[in-house]
Amino acid sequence: MSAGQPPIDSPEIRRLTPVLGPGHTFRSVTDKISSIVLTRPTSFGWFVGFAIAFSLTGLMTIAIGWLFTKGVGIWGINIPIGWGFAIVNFVWWIGIGHAGTLISAILFLLNQKWRTSINRFAEAMTLFAVACAGIFPLIHTGRPWMAFYMFPYPSTMSLWPQFRSPLIWDVFAVSTYGTVSLLFWFVGLIPDLATLRDHAVTKPKQIIYGMLALGWRGSVRHWHRYQSAYLLLAGLATPLVLSVHTVVSFDFAIAIVPGWHTTIFPPYFVAGAIYSGFAMVLTIAIPLRKAYGLEDFITMRHLDNMAKVMLATGLIVAYGYFFEFFLSLYSGNKFDVYLVQQRLHGPYAPFYYALILCNILTPQLLWSYKLRHNVAFLFFMSIVVNIGMWLERFVIVVISLTRDFVPSAWGRYLPTFWDWATLIGTIGMFVMLLFLFVRVLPAISIAEMRELVAETSEDEK
Amino acid sequence: MAQIFHRSTNFISRFSVFSALFLIGFAILAVLAAARSPYLTRQNITREQPVQFSHKHHVGDDGIDCRYCHTSVETSAVAGIPPTKTCMNCHSVLFNNVGYLEPVRESYRTDKSIEWVKIHRLADFVYFNHSIHVNKGVGCTTCHGQVDQMPLVFQANTLLMQWCLDCHRNPAPNLRPMDKVFAMDWQPGPHQEELGQQFVKERNLRTTAELTSCSTCHR
Repeated sequence: MSAGQPPIDSPEIRRLTPVLGPGHTFRSVTDKISSIVLTRPTSFGWFVGFAIAFSLTGLMTIAIGWLFTKGVGIWGINIPIGWGFAIVNFVWWIGIGHAGTLISAILFLLNQKWRTSINRFAEAMTLFAVACAGIFPLIHTGRPWMAFYMFPYPSTMSLWPQFRSPLIWDVFAVSTYGTVSLLFWFVGLIPDLATLRDHAVTKPKQIIYGMLALGWRGSVRHWHRYQSAYLLLAGLATPLVLSVHTVVSFDFAIAIVPGWHTTIFPPYFVAGAIYSGFAMVLTIAIPLRKAYGLEDFITMRHLDNMAKVMLATGLIVAYGYFFEFFLSLYSGNKFDVYLVQQRLHGPYAPFYYALILCNILTPQLLWSYKLRHNVAFLFFMSIVVNIGMWLERFVIVVISLTRDFVPSAWGRYLPTFWDWATLIGTIGMFVMLLFLFVRVLPAISIAEMRELVAETSEDEK
Repeated sequence: MAQIFHRSTNFISRFSVFSALFLIGFAILAVLAAARSPYLTRQNITREQPVQFSHKHHVGDDGIDCRYCHTSVETSAVAGIPPTKTCMNCHSVLFNNVGYLEPVRESYRTDKSIEWVKIHRLADFVYFNHSIHVNKGVGCTTCHGQVDQMPLVFQANTLLMQWCLDCHRNPAPNLRPMDKVFAMDWQPGPHQEELGQQFVKERNLRTTAELTSCSTCHR
């Protein structure tokens, strides 16, 4: 940094592109956020959106019910493609969750002020995405009622799970991730739940929020403990941002299937996870700030920063694609070379080209300051990246499995109606949970926004 | 502003959090204990049979060898349930008019099998072979208990997979001299440890890895 320039996070720069709209006080922040939950009437649009999401969740329930009745044969999977949509969707959803943890934990430890107004719903997004992700491996086992076999408990078989299998590592990675995310989210909510309790006028609301607030009185001792707990949880959650998707990538990288067996998988999966996660945060943030008039809290600075993170992680992903491609050719291994040919010219080549278009080419538009400040474009871009990241997992799973070592073991994969119903159903469930979340819990952290008011007003002095 | 909660809520909420943890822990322990209990394993539970057949009398008092009735135990996967004719070898003469043997005579007259109730039931996905166990020197009582003391036969062991694996992981303590396989009163002697190891070698027992491989029992 040259001496003449102000530091990046200096008051001058912050006033230029604020993380909080001007003129806010403790009261206005509290009222604005808590009114969404407590006083504002539920809008017609909310009911319409919720009804659609709820029907899609119903579709998912039917799809899973039918699956339990008939078995995994209702999906398009068959040997050699045993993984199909279930694993594609699992990896996609679990990746989406990562941005929430990155925003709430890593950016918290790095003291990034722009995390404040987006961390709450990003964490909620993480939880709901993990919930969606968790469904898939479970139903993919074919006998979900035996899923407890995957946990190391003292069984009457005197057998433990196969600890050398990355699928077991997955169980630990994802369940740890789910637990820590839930705790982190809930601990962060406690002061806000107390605010809601104190602002609620009806008895049932007071009781429910009161119970959830765990007797929070806002005393110094409470705050002291709260901050230590929050810092500790942030410390715990930080390694998870890297470890969870690393373990998920091991599901592939440990196997010797061409196109999977590469050491570049862990870093590029983690980058991809954050990439898709930030895309999803944008997908949620843009309608949310519009619908509830939160432009003062989720400002252009937030959207701009998120777009930059997307651009950066997108470039890491592009680097990953390039080296995957290059090393396959450079290795001279005929199976790896053949796989590259299959990606470029095989039956699933259109998916590969769509992936390159969505994940590498289109996001380069984010270099433009103007486009980064065009909300509609950002929303469009976030959808494109979400689709692109889904395609990436499809390409990895399907092309490699359909083109194994021996031509007699080659096959085709075509998803059925039930595959699509489960995918769309989980999207429905995700949206439904978000709708409920926005309606019953503060979508932005009130306590942290008050801190931000204090800090920004100090800057202005 | 009036308080929402009464003072006692503090105690109640703490108490419920801790009791919930305790209850969950207790529930898990209960499930684990239930899986090992006779209620689910059917260990030590006698069951009514169509004829009041006493192993204690036939084996213990009369000294009939296991193989007199369970003829295929040395050569086949199943030990074999004797046909009624085997019963009639003796009972055409002995106790040939007592009431409680009427089902046996009826079976003999009508040529319809007696429907004995199976006590030792393994899951369908377990491949168990009697002959290999007997021929490598695992005695009858090791698994079935001392049937010479059972008026009605019951399952002496749990038949849980962990019970199978205990022996498959370390068979030496249960290997007998070949002439003691059908003995009811065999007990491991003071030198069983060396003896067992010697039998493992002499009888070419498979390695532990092979004996505990999935497909040894689940084919």
